[in-house]
Amino acid sequence: MNQAANAEAPARSAETIVVDDPNMNPIRVAAKDTSVYYGQKQALFDVSIDIPERSVTSFIGPSGCGKSTFLRCINRMNDTIDGCRVEGLITLDERNIYDPSLDVVELRARVGMVFQKPNPFPKSIYDNIAYGPRIHGLATNKSELDGVVESSLRKAGLWEEVKDRLDDPGTGLSGGQQQRLCIARAVAVSPEVILMDEPCSALDPIATAKVEELIDELKENYCIIIVTHSMQQAARVSQRTAFFHLGILVEVGPTEHIFTNPKDERTHDYITGRFG
Amino acid sequence: MSTADAALTQKFDWSSESAAARRRRRHRADRRLRTIGVVAISIAIGLLGILIVSLVSTGYRAFVQTMVTVPVYVDPQFVNEDDPSKGNYRAIVKGTLETLFPEVTDPREQRELARLLTNNTQFMIRAKVVADPKLIGTTFDIRVPVSDPFDQLNKGVIDRDLPEDRRKINDKQIGWYDKLEAEGRVSTPFNWGLFVNSDSRFPELAGLAGAIVGSFYALLVCFLISFPVGIAAAVYLEEFAPKNRWTDLIEVNINNLAAVPSIVFGLLGLAVFLNFFGLPRSAPLVGGMVLSLMTLPTIIIVTRASLKAVPPSIREAALGMGASRHQVITHHVLPLALPGILTGTIIGLAQALGETAPLLLIGMNAFITSPPGGLLDASTALPTQIFIWADSPERGFVDRTSAAILVLLGFLIIMNGIAIFLRQRLERTW
Repeated sequence: MNQAANAEAPARSAETIVVDDPNMNPIRVAAKDTSVYYGQKQALFDVSIDIPERSVTSFIGPSGCGKSTFLRCINRMNDTIDGCRVEGLITLDERNIYDPSLDVVELRARVGMVFQKPNPFPKSIYDNIAYGPRIHGLATNKSELDGVVESSLRKAGLWEEVKDRLDDPGTGLSGGQQQRLCIARAVAVSPEVILMDEPCSALDPIATAKVEELIDELKENYCIIIVTHSMQQAARVSQRTAFFHLGILVEVGPTEHIFTNPKDERTHDYITGRFG
Repeated sequence: MSTADAALTQKFDWSSESAAARRRRRHRADRRLRTIGVVAISIAIGLLGILIVSLVSTGYRAFVQTMVTVPVYVDPQFVNEDDPSKGNYRAIVKGTLETLFPEVTDPREQRELARLLTNNTQFMIRAKVVADPKLIGTTFDIRVPVSDPFDQLNKGVIDRDLPEDRRKINDKQIGWYDKLEAEGRVSTPFNWGLFVNSDSRFPELAGLAGAIVGSFYALLVCFLISFPVGIAAAVYLEEFAPKNRWTDLIEVNINNLAAVPSIVFGLLGLAVFLNFFGLPRSAPLVGGMVLSLMTLPTIIIVTRASLKAVPPSIREAALGMGASRHQVITHHVLPLALPGILTGTIIGLAQALGETAPLLLIGMNAFITSPPGGLLDASTALPTQIFIWADSPERGFVDRTSAAILVLLGFLIIMNGIAIFLRQRLERTW
């Protein structure tokens, strides 16, 4: 039976299949032959991908396929892991982010990150948002900082819910609110790219819908890269989708193309639920 | 179908006798484990109870002091009015006793009579007269401690029914004491002297003030050295140090350092601080430095554990915002680890407070009759004071040893209480 289904599916390709989209926005982040090693073990094999600005790119793939590893390369969060080594070239606005002349502190301010589990600081809602602008010196006085906090919370769709309790601890919010607080915190330093590592996996469906709505609004201004386990989510929020498998970037292209007409056998098997 | 499948599909009879017996056995094992636990706790509490009861049963007597109120006539012929600190106050005490007991005229008996009052009565009168020279030529009442044997007589430790040659005081002395008591001159108030006096040869005058101040200075030095150094070392090891053979070696050594017998640190202090650097003997400064050698590993270990306990998600959040290493540590990790660090530090200091052996080796068990005025003055500490008193033969020092132990335990309980309070107050949930 399995044999019959596979007969219709496309064959495996050794190279990454890239489906171009003539309407794609200019490229913001690009990777060329990026490999990542954890000690002796290679986790990512020669990934090359172009990620456009002002759109959502989703990374999908089974667990352990390297999509989070690649995401964490883009703001060099992998630097903090002992024994992690990155080879190849990743550029942000055509500048190598692993270049010694680029300060990682600056990079991370320009490439914000939202994590799988909401991780607000155990401080007030206000201080959570104000932390980034404060350490980077983005606001010169209190009223400017207030403005940044308000606009960030508004962008994250959280302002109406928390404007009367900005001094309450951020950890006292619900899970979905905490995650939107984390998004607001990332937005507060005006990043160019926002990385999201399974941002909805700890949320209930209603909170997930709100975060997805928010992602859809944010893409007007930011380059968003989202790792997700939910193919429906990838289909709902992203314009481009990249499928990773066993550390290899198998296929990347417009989302509707990946989900309706995958070129690679593995992509086809994954999106039809045969593994993963 | 394989045999394994057959074994799984075969219906297991839960109600069979063997299954029931197995369940009963498991419940019995649960009960047995719980009983063993209860017995163990009872033994621990029982031993603690024995300790406290034995300490309190001897120590309570030292918390009151038998005092006698006597009238003193400051005869101008014995005192220099221009300089009241000079004068024959011994004669004034003698005069006091003569007015109280005019019938005692034999010089030998007078000497025995004089033993009723503490030896320092003359100095107490002098202190009063120096403070207020107008007292010269007048008669005033002064309350002085009775000497140790009469204190013990009043507290019932010396048995009046024993034959005279087997007690420290003879029948005549008891008669004089009873006369004073009959006149209502004897009282047994709370013994403030235990806290405001320093060490003395006379148990009735000996107190812990010098030891408490000495311990305070030593702990202060210990804290000032070990807290910043310990935290800095722990932060470096936990946050910055590469994980390699050298840091492993350092870690093993720090853990071993925490287990080194304290007397070894004392020897080190003697050899290095006293003999090599020539710091003064018996000084709280050196005591604190030696104690800090002991608390340092404790603080490093506790701080590292607290730093490790900070959830990695908070670090990632801060790093992801573009915070630098030191911002992640000072803004997020250290504040979150602080309750644990403070608790560990206070417990480390409490350990240091009770540490005796290293202080003995650097001479903090000297006989010193005044509280230290500074870090370099000779001083004792609470545990060494206990050590000195436990070595003294007078009956009064036996009580005072127990009382001093109770005071030390009191300080330890207070410090641990502060640690618990801080932990509950500062601990944050996320």
